[in-house]
Amino acid sequence: MYRYDEFDHTLVAERVATFRRQVARRLTGDLTEDQFKPLRLMNGLYLQLHAYMLRVNIPYGCLSSRQLRQLAFIARRYDRNFGHFTTRQNIQYNWIKLDETPDVLAALAAVEMNAMQSSGNCVRNITADQFAGRAQDEIEDPRPWCELIRQWSILHPEFSYLPRKFKIAVSGAPQDRAAVKLHDVGLYLRPNAAGVIGFEVIVGGGQGRLPYVGHTIREWLAKEDLLSYLEAILRIYNLGGRRDNLQKARIKVQVNALGAEEFRRLVDEEWEQIRFTPQLAVPRAEIERITAYFADPAWEQIPDAAALVAAQRSADPAFEVWNRANVVAHRTPGYAIVNLSLKAPGIAPGDLTADQMDKVAELADRFSLGELRVSHRQNLVFPDVRQVDLQALWQDLQSLSLATPNIGSLTDIIACPGLDFCALANARAIPVAQDIGRHFTDVAALQDIGELTINISGCMNACGHHHVGHIGILGVEKNGLEFYQLTLGGSSGEDASLGDRLGRSISAAEVPVAIEAIVTRYKALREGDERFLDTYRRVGLEPFKEAVYGKTPQRRPAVA
Amino acid sequence: MVLANRLADGQVVFLAADGGWVGDIARGAVAGDPVAAQRLLADAQLAESRNAVVEPYLIDIRDEGGRRQPVSFREAIRAAGPTVRTDLED
Amino acid sequence: MGLIREGRLVPDPFTDASGLERLPDGVPLIVSLEQWQTQRSGLLASGQRLGLRLKSDQPPRLVAADLGHFSVIALEFPKYRDGRAYTHARMLRERFKFAGEIRAVGDVLQEQLHFMHRCGFDTFDVAGPDPEKAWRTIAGDHTVAYQATGDGQPRALDLRKGTGP
Repeated sequence: MYRYDEFDHTLVAERVATFRRQVARRLTGDLTEDQFKPLRLMNGLYLQLHAYMLRVNIPYGCLSSRQLRQLAFIARRYDRNFGHFTTRQNIQYNWIKLDETPDVLAALAAVEMNAMQSSGNCVRNITADQFAGRAQDEIEDPRPWCELIRQWSILHPEFSYLPRKFKIAVSGAPQDRAAVKLHDVGLYLRPNAAGVIGFEVIVGGGQGRLPYVGHTIREWLAKEDLLSYLEAILRIYNLGGRRDNLQKARIKVQVNALGAEEFRRLVDEEWEQIRFTPQLAVPRAEIERITAYFADPAWEQIPDAAALVAAQRSADPAFEVWNRANVVAHRTPGYAIVNLSLKAPGIAPGDLTADQMDKVAELADRFSLGELRVSHRQNLVFPDVRQVDLQALWQDLQSLSLATPNIGSLTDIIACPGLDFCALANARAIPVAQDIGRHFTDVAALQDIGELTINISGCMNACGHHHVGHIGILGVEKNGLEFYQLTLGGSSGEDASLGDRLGRSISAAEVPVAIEAIVTRYKALREGDERFLDTYRRVGLEPFKEAVYGKTPQRRPAVA
Repeated sequence: MVLANRLADGQVVFLAADGGWVGDIARGAVAGDPVAAQRLLADAQLAESRNAVVEPYLIDIRDEGGRRQPVSFREAIRAAGPTVRTDLED
Repeated sequence: MGLIREGRLVPDPFTDASGLERLPDGVPLIVSLEQWQTQRSGLLASGQRLGLRLKSDQPPRLVAADLGHFSVIALEFPKYRDGRAYTHARMLRERFKFAGEIRAVGDVLQEQLHFMHRCGFDTFDVAGPDPEKAWRTIAGDHTVAYQATGDGQPRALDLRKGTGP
């Protein structure tokens, strides 16, 4: 993991001191709320339905056990004993007090964490594949590049007052686990024809009210050009993004209004001017310095233990099921990647209590070399677990309710906080998720259904990423009541697609019934080992529409 | 009634008859007509300019068997707290 | 209100005529882009020092060829949230090598002064009763920079020598 050096420490400490002063000025009225708001947002503090919410960055999803313990301390001391992991690899606290926020930020700084730019019209947390550095299919570890980009983006004097927020994601594997194409800028580490690894650059993806899949504006960018190219993109956006309409201020609107070709031309034109300036050079020494922090950990030289694990699996059906759902192959023999499901039945998705945090930190120390990851599916990951330890770990996870064998399946639901917490929401999302979780508890049935993602958003801002759920659920308000619109066929991977609207909105009570109907129809129609998404793409919306809403009346009687 | 967030801690508060801010909706001041409501809001905005609260606004309430309830669902959640995680302590 | 340079209040020899119907005679003027375009020859003939005030949707490249005529370019922040002038200032200073005064005008607040200065602004028409105090308060805010601009401050990564795990 990256460790702060004196420069990083100083920068964060100064930021905390500045914010402490800004809070003091606000409390005395020296700053009005209008003047203070972007300053507090740039430090991650929102004013929500019940209190201030603080969003803390977990850079590209990497967390140490020491940091997790501090997050638990903060939850106890400054909040209500729990935190919520988000779809952008952040953690949120919902009951922070303004006058205590500088102390919370200081507590974070003490463990090399921060909330800088987790909100506001600036570049946000850089996200990545939660299996970075460990996945078998990885081409190159994206994390050093995420760290380089992070530093370039923090307190950038030119780009701190953009038209709107700016989200960047990086993936280093052919299977995209970071939703790269749904970001303002997405980067894929890829080899060119000569086998040299560089970046495919994708711009203008995003969800919200106007969802778009991003466009590739550069098939291959050399690593040494990364910062200058990003600077060119941000500059074109800063100058040309709309400032008259908040709903149309993201780069995706600019790219689609100009067309990808014209946008690319503008970027390239600017880039030619700055490409070789020393200010934007990526020194080899710095890349090597950062990369060294992500070197392979001290794995033991142990053989692959698949046979042992297989024996344990056949002896214990529950262990078998958990392995199949939550354990992922590691690129090093003898090791495995373990998903911790924060989606136990009836639990608010992505929440972890302070007690759980402490216990997970302890397990990370014992079983995963002291490190863990946060996935954008609101789950946690232990990236380095010895295969021989899997069963013991599993038992401990069970006692913490973190072993529900549902990763990637129907009850591994992504849900935004919704109207229970969020000032922007129209409807609640968490109770819907809990309902679905309680409705589908049969583990064998879930595994038979297979890969099926459900994403729930409480409003059109789509923080639950409902547009890219295999089944998306959008909460809407009609006459003061909550209703839910379903979409089908979304995908956040390299085959990204936006879901299609199924039909009229339904009540909360009807949601689990509708899901059941969709699933039943899928199982009836699937061929071979098709996932739900595959079947949907093959048969289309109609069969599912029919399943949920019933048959439409025939125009003519069927011919016998 | 007027609902706002208290500046220092962000808690949801209601304007009371004596000009103070209370966390319990039962103790908030009720305006019976639009004129009184505007006066209440004006008082609240004064408090905002004095940095006691943020974003005050008027909400409709109704009487439900002696208990005051906001008419809007969102305001009901603001007044009573989230409908989930009720297991946790303050 | 007051114009500050390097943290001190300085007198402003210019009259900002950008909002006026008729341009005053015999004094250094800051004019709008429209005024410059329609009254260019008269302004040049006046013999007075000239300044130009650009709105946030008027990038400096529109007047790149004329920059030599201006002692000061005032870049407007209509609302402090409108961040286009940060780019405009950098372009003026670093791309077009403008050697005159770059002035921040409009909704210029204390908490944005540091970034403005790094982007190339020399002077600031700061809101509030004590602009010098505003500057002093923020002057030491950020000693470490992750990015380089035209102000010469080195990036942290260019200063790092031999640090590592």
